[in-house]
Amino acid sequence: MRIRAGAPILAVSVLLGGCTYQHYQSTFSDAAVEVRQFNILFVIFLVICTIMYVLVLAFLVAGIVRRRRAGIANVIEDGRHHQSDPLMRTGLVVWGALVGTGLIGLAIASFSADRSMASAASRPRLSITLTANQWWWDITYNSADSSKTIRTANELHLPVGVPVRILLNSNDVIHSFWVPSLAGKQDLIPGRQNDITLVPQKVGVYRGQCAEYCGAQHAKMALVVDVDSYGDFLGWWEHQLQPAPTPAAPLAKMGYTYVTAGPCSACHAVSGTPASAIVGPDLTHFASRRSIAAGVMPMSEGNLYGWVADPQSLKPGNHMPTIGLEPDQLHAVVAYLETLK
Amino acid sequence: MNEMTRVRKEDERLARERRKIVRDGPKLTGAELDARLERTWRRPPGILGWLATVDHKEIGRRYIVTALLFLAAGGVLALLMRIQLARPDSNLISAQRYNELFTMHGSTMMFLFAVPVMEGVAVYIIPLMLGTRSTAFPRLNAFSYYMYLFGGLLLWAAFMLNIGPDVGWFAYTPLSGPQFSPGKRADIWAQMITFTEVSALAAAVVLICTILKARAPGMTLARMPLFAWAMLVQAVMIIFAMPAIALCSGMLISDRLIGTNFYNASEHGDALLWQHLFWFFGHPEVYIIFLPATGFVSVITETFCRRPIFAYPVVVLALVSTGILAFGLWVHHMFATGLPRVGYGFYTAASMTVAIPTGLQIFCWLATMWEGRPRFDVPMLYVVGFIVTFVIGGLTGVIIASVPLDLQLHDTYFIVAHFHYVLIGGAVFPLLGILTYWYPKITGRMMSETLGKIGFWLIFLGFQLTFFPMHFSGLLGMPRRVYTYPAGLGLELPNLLSSIGAFIVAAAVALFVVNGLMSLYRGALAPPNPWGAASLEWATASPPPPYNFPHVPIVESRSPLWDHDGELPVVTGLRVDEKETLLTTVVAATPDMREPVPYPSLWPLIASVATAIFFISSIFSPWAVPVGVIPCAIALIAWFWPKELKRNPEPVIT
Repeated sequence: MRIRAGAPILAVSVLLGGCTYQHYQSTFSDAAVEVRQFNILFVIFLVICTIMYVLVLAFLVAGIVRRRRAGIANVIEDGRHHQSDPLMRTGLVVWGALVGTGLIGLAIASFSADRSMASAASRPRLSITLTANQWWWDITYNSADSSKTIRTANELHLPVGVPVRILLNSNDVIHSFWVPSLAGKQDLIPGRQNDITLVPQKVGVYRGQCAEYCGAQHAKMALVVDVDSYGDFLGWWEHQLQPAPTPAAPLAKMGYTYVTAGPCSACHAVSGTPASAIVGPDLTHFASRRSIAAGVMPMSEGNLYGWVADPQSLKPGNHMPTIGLEPDQLHAVVAYLETLK
Repeated sequence: MNEMTRVRKEDERLARERRKIVRDGPKLTGAELDARLERTWRRPPGILGWLATVDHKEIGRRYIVTALLFLAAGGVLALLMRIQLARPDSNLISAQRYNELFTMHGSTMMFLFAVPVMEGVAVYIIPLMLGTRSTAFPRLNAFSYYMYLFGGLLLWAAFMLNIGPDVGWFAYTPLSGPQFSPGKRADIWAQMITFTEVSALAAAVVLICTILKARAPGMTLARMPLFAWAMLVQAVMIIFAMPAIALCSGMLISDRLIGTNFYNASEHGDALLWQHLFWFFGHPEVYIIFLPATGFVSVITETFCRRPIFAYPVVVLALVSTGILAFGLWVHHMFATGLPRVGYGFYTAASMTVAIPTGLQIFCWLATMWEGRPRFDVPMLYVVGFIVTFVIGGLTGVIIASVPLDLQLHDTYFIVAHFHYVLIGGAVFPLLGILTYWYPKITGRMMSETLGKIGFWLIFLGFQLTFFPMHFSGLLGMPRRVYTYPAGLGLELPNLLSSIGAFIVAAAVALFVVNGLMSLYRGALAPPNPWGAASLEWATASPPPPYNFPHVPIVESRSPLWDHDGELPVVTGLRVDEKETLLTTVVAATPDMREPVPYPSLWPLIASVATAIFFISSIFSPWAVPVGVIPCAIALIAWFWPKELKRNPEPVIT
């Protein structure tokens, strides 16, 4: 029972947008049940609204064209004695009924879609806590067995076909969790806990982005979502449980000392080392992630150098200070971070 | 005995007084009457007279010009944003500056352009349209303009001094609170709101009282022009909507200034409280802008189709029901905040219901065109542009009223497209049309038809090019309020098109301004009723004299100028040697009493300067509140100091 309602919109978008690309961060997606239902509902609304719009335009054009017809004098009607056209009076009633019926239909469609989305996501099998911060995402995978709990940042890994409940919190201002290819938005509000349940249906990599204005770097608060097969997902989880290895190479070793005992450890944690602060993103498997600084740039050695040396010029206003590393310190820190696979 | 003598002497004095009083009437009319009324109603010359004026036409003109200047300023900010967004990963404008730009753009357009320009047009035209000599409370009217001006200057001076707000025009807490917005940027925003609240409330009181009490005799509620109905509903909405924002911005200021914790979740405040209060104001605000524009559309459609608007009662009921429904749907701005999901159904239904009165109104305008024989001069072109554009915005509004759809579309460029279709298509197009239409009334000259037509097509097409692609940017995942976006998401083309379109729109607005300025000197002299309209504002000279009408007209139908070929019947007996106007009853508009009209005064200006000092200094210290109210109190006491009450003879209205 695969309904491909996204297809017409997709066609329209490609036609009008004139571009083809991967649906990496787009509502034209069939990667989740909820988004498929969104697309069906959107098409229903679009069709009905287009019909109404065409009717209005037709009436407008008819009114304009009729003026050229002979027999309608361009004289001022006396307001007291003006009799409106009986045809128009019937038309008004019909139009009112049409608008009313259309709206009732749309409201019913909307309400039933809403209910069915809510029930599709009723039995979550995995629980994740997502805490938003200015301007990054703190992610904890919860487990009944506390030794299995893992903490990571800015990259969400989800198993395909498994309903996942994500608990949404904020440490500072209001943010909004939005991965268009997988679901609609849900706000993260300080002092409240919201949640959202996702059921990803397609293996792939998706991009999400904060959707509520949250200050200076709202534009650069992205989130990568990696949907894996269940087996791959469990493997990833197992890997994340491993503490960071102590490096052997001298340069990386110097970096290890600097990161875990120096200024970095004031905010960051690396599991298996003395660094255990929770103010900033967890770095234990930092180098295994796809991007740096909440989607600002792809993970690469060059970008890592740039970010560690001067985070303020790459994401001005973010809460990681530029600490003025000496060149040898910078080499060491980058070398160490690259071992955190 | 003494008592009787006193009474007789008093009666004799009154009889002498009565003989001295000059009234308009069959014995006093024509040029003689005009000259004497001119002497009574003219304000003192010079800069002080200019500042002291209480003439609704001067105040209305200042309102319109000031609002158009803010439109231009806000438009420049929009262009800067479109330059930045023309390309992905652009670095022309920093994140901080961009955030200031969209905050200033939204705040300027909503609070300093859209609402005030509607007030300004109404303050100018409504008394003329209703056939009266002055607005109610003309000094309050002057006060309202000065408060608006000072609020606007505060915001823009702060922006120029680099302490302009950067929290968005909606200023959500806790981002705008003391912890996350240190400095004074958010306070400037909140205090600018206070200024515009005071100003809008004052203007609303002026308009409501004028519309209900100052209509020409015979202009029953059922004969009132639809624009007056629209302004009546709008002004009542202002009175109900503004207290909500006064409350929430006041609590924000007190959180920031004296450390209350209304919005601080960690001290048992609530971050969402802001959103409820803000949108309880913010959604009606949209209709506060839109309803006057529907009034413009009715005025233009009626005149250019030469037919009274089809189904007048339906249009009036549509205006009233839109005004009521507008207060029941604020939660549709909050579908993603995690409120109980089933409760959202109510707000979906309420939001969709608004489409019914609006749809009926559109039918009535189209039916008027169908029945009549429309002429397509520039104002009418704007009406057609309005229908073609606004209906798209209305229909996307139905789309985002649905919870599942809104959860995807909320806070994306789809919404940006939607509300620009509604606000530019629905309010700015009719505004440009009506400014062209009433330009000869205000200046005595016509605007150039050729430049007007070029301007219309430029703005109409430029608008579609700017905002239609934004629907796609939104569906492709572009959130609002981002200073840049990455390449590779398919956002490059729609954004480039939007940026090109924005410059076309800017060119069209510039052309409108050039046309307006050139026509001031070179425009053809306007005939008395250049468009062949039906309503009373065309029953007097253009531009109107300070007293508006030599004799107050009497109204016998909805289209007085169409129903009387020669002179309108008039009522006489108003004083000529004193400023006096005729008040009528609320529903039937039968003559009720003669009302003395205040003379020009500097006290409204002084009171607004004192209030401005009080508001601005309270950004910096709580002590400004107890200290700052003293000059305000002095100014208001002086303003309202009881005048010498002369026992005037009883009026005789013939």
